[in-house]
Amino acid sequence: MSDKPLSVADYPLAEKRADIVKTKAGKALDDITLEGVLSDHVRLEDLRITGRALRQQAEIATAAGRPTLASNFERGAELVDVPQDVIMRVYELLRPGRAGSKDELLAAAKEFRDVYGAAGVAAFVEEAADVYERRSLYKKRF
Amino acid sequence: MTEEMHGRANRWKRFSDWDERPLRLDKFAAEDAASGFAAFKSPYDPKPGFSVANGVVESMDGIAVRDFDMIDVFISRYHLDPDVAPEAMAMPSIEVARMLVDMNVPRSTLVRLAHGMTPAKLADVVAHLSSLEIAFAYSKMRARQTPGNQAHVTNAKDDPLQMAADAATAVAFGFDEIETTMRVARNSWSNAVACAVGASVGRWGTLFQCSSEEAEELKIGMAGFTSYAETVSVYGTEKSFIDGDDTPWSKAFLAAAYASRGIKMRCTSGAGSELLMGFHDRKSLLYLEARCLCLQRAMGVQGTQNGGIDGAPVTCTVPGGMRELMAENLIAVWLDLECASGNDARATESEIRVGAKILPYLIAGSDLICSGFGSILKYDNSFNASLLNGEELEDYLVLQRDFEADGGLTPVGEARVMELRTRAVDALSAVLEELGLAKPTADMKQSVIAASGSDETRTFSGRDVAMISEAIFSRSITVIDVIKALAARGFQEEAENLLKLVRLRISGDYLQTSAVIRDGRIVSAVNDPNEYQGPGTGYRLSDARREEIVAIRDVLTRGEVLRAEANFRPAEVTRIAYRPVGPATATHNPREVVIGISPAFGVKLFQTVGGHPLSAILRVLIAGITEGGCTARVVRMRHTADTSFLGLSAARLAGSGIGIGIQAKGTAVIHQKDRLPHNNLELFSNSPITKLEHYKRMGLNAAAYAQGEMPEPVIVPTRGEAMGSRYHARVSLIYAIETEMTSEGAEPEEIDIMFLGAAA
Repeated sequence: MSDKPLSVADYPLAEKRADIVKTKAGKALDDITLEGVLSDHVRLEDLRITGRALRQQAEIATAAGRPTLASNFERGAELVDVPQDVIMRVYELLRPGRAGSKDELLAAAKEFRDVYGAAGVAAFVEEAADVYERRSLYKKRF
Repeated sequence: MTEEMHGRANRWKRFSDWDERPLRLDKFAAEDAASGFAAFKSPYDPKPGFSVANGVVESMDGIAVRDFDMIDVFISRYHLDPDVAPEAMAMPSIEVARMLVDMNVPRSTLVRLAHGMTPAKLADVVAHLSSLEIAFAYSKMRARQTPGNQAHVTNAKDDPLQMAADAATAVAFGFDEIETTMRVARNSWSNAVACAVGASVGRWGTLFQCSSEEAEELKIGMAGFTSYAETVSVYGTEKSFIDGDDTPWSKAFLAAAYASRGIKMRCTSGAGSELLMGFHDRKSLLYLEARCLCLQRAMGVQGTQNGGIDGAPVTCTVPGGMRELMAENLIAVWLDLECASGNDARATESEIRVGAKILPYLIAGSDLICSGFGSILKYDNSFNASLLNGEELEDYLVLQRDFEADGGLTPVGEARVMELRTRAVDALSAVLEELGLAKPTADMKQSVIAASGSDETRTFSGRDVAMISEAIFSRSITVIDVIKALAARGFQEEAENLLKLVRLRISGDYLQTSAVIRDGRIVSAVNDPNEYQGPGTGYRLSDARREEIVAIRDVLTRGEVLRAEANFRPAEVTRIAYRPVGPATATHNPREVVIGISPAFGVKLFQTVGGHPLSAILRVLIAGITEGGCTARVVRMRHTADTSFLGLSAARLAGSGIGIGIQAKGTAVIHQKDRLPHNNLELFSNSPITKLEHYKRMGLNAAAYAQGEMPEPVIVPTRGEAMGSRYHARVSLIYAIETEMTSEGAEPEEIDIMFLGAAA
């Protein structure tokens, strides 16, 4: 990726900048063909978005005047390689009354930061931990 | 006799009539802010306000930061732009409201201001707008320029075959997105495969979602079957949020999770949800909804499903409820969110209220006008009936044509629908067989292809469906397996189409605001921004698109009307012969009544709009005149085709001074020679409902007038049919044939009538 952030003119990437759209395994969009699927050269993993693509979309969202959408894409980029069960576990933990104490959420945040390098998401979970404490969300729910 | 003995009426019966109308099934609620029943304003709503000291927020909408609930915290941190807020909050609301409807103020200016406004401020501004102004502002402010629409595809049996056929049908009608859900939660995997396959028939690019439990829905998305999600609900009070089993952080986390899986996502919120959940905090519906919408922008979702949604029916019970739904949609697009603008849960039993509800959206356009439109029959809608449903889809197509407005749909012909439904059922059957999931019989398939709804299908049992769904899940079948199965069984095009949809995930282009796929290309607020700046700008129907929209079925053309008329000719020539015998002159026979027929009568036109052969009409008219004690003479007028003048000219030729004028379409008049043209004795203007017995009595009455009597006028009873809508197109085309045959100064011509064979 060049240093210059992508702009609205680069969108849609699949049309305008197919050169920079790659799967995790480095395949180009043109490699994602039916023949590829039938010969097992294209698998479900090849049909996933990459962190890089999400950051590119974040740049476009920023250029289009949508900073909050860009932030969401950036959080998403951090979660791309986080396994599904971890995502579902933390989502569950963030729901009201699931975490019995602030520490459980802080531990999840630490896991994001240390294991997955997801610093933005970690900070977000830590923020939730604080707010939940202030709003008494750690009480037991029946 | 006393009044009591007569049974004094205590009620105007019109109220009883009104009691029987569908409208009275709707229940209306009194305005009661303390109970949460206030659309725009509650005395308990906060005044707009925002204060910052040294870059730190001190208060928002009258609430000090230490008292912020979770929603306030989230909005103040992630939504409010501190650089814009001081300026935006200081502007008088009325001034901003005027900017919203000022075509000279660009959308971008207003979007920037919205990012610096609190929920109470946004609500305060839009409350200044009338319904018309809200619709106009919505049209100007919505994010993507090209409008679109979304369908529900569900059925009461969770039948995958019907799901596939109905998905393909919805795609053919042009829906940009289709959404399914289940009667039985465990059938979600079966629904997902069926809709994914069905939506790949005909064209590619229709986005698909399977609304189910949050974790399950994400799993289905991960398996590649769905491409978007929208049932991530948020609420405007903290207690509702918690009762909904989420927080702003859990939902924002889920939003990021969807992004990380390359799945398009929008949140859902709508007026009335807090009311239904019992935690409205005595606030107005609009203020609570403004909180929801600020929250969604704060979370960074690209869009919202908004406009009452499940709360629309309760919202429509309060004064201004429908206006409120429009106002909240306006806040959504003003905040620069994609808006799937509700118009789904059926908020009324009154078809008039349905039509009124949809019209502003149809003419203003919306990213997704309905969210969604019930493409299936009402009883098959597992979300509950929509505002508009399969029953009414054609009404909507006609509204598009009436207003030359793009409601996102395109008429499809009968043959094409059958072709697509067959293909979809065959494709899904192939997948089910190839993957060893089920083996549908030919009878099952046939019944589904033809069925309007699941009442008419002979298909899988509920248990069969549950087994199919369970097998898809437990065997971890993914979209790759389905694509392979399609290709293996010769459904190459569908395999390609499905792959193209999943491939969208790689670049993530369709995660941007308001993205849909049109003609194989991404169209979103990024590359198709709404640039409305007054007439001549913004979305306009192209000639090609207009042609699609106007092409509804069964449209009359002149050629068709003429062909239909020509078909009546062969039978008529066996019943009657018209022999011209020269110019007609006046006679002195006081018992003579003249029947003046129009130029095309029996020449180019052969039956009335009411379906009576013209030979039969003449037969009964003459019979009536004769039985009434007079004689009849038939004269063809060639100078006029107008009923009044046909009658008056006939009367002037008649020895009695009484004439009957009749057009080929059946409109007739009894006239008298000294009267003004349009001051006739009796007029029979509703030819579609005029029966032979009426024409017979017309003859009798004409004879009576000829003899100086005053007969009881013939009344052709009408039940209030919309005659014009039923007949005027055809009548105009038919009448043009008559007027074309007139020529000025052409003399009336005496006609010898010969009845041949038996009466028609």
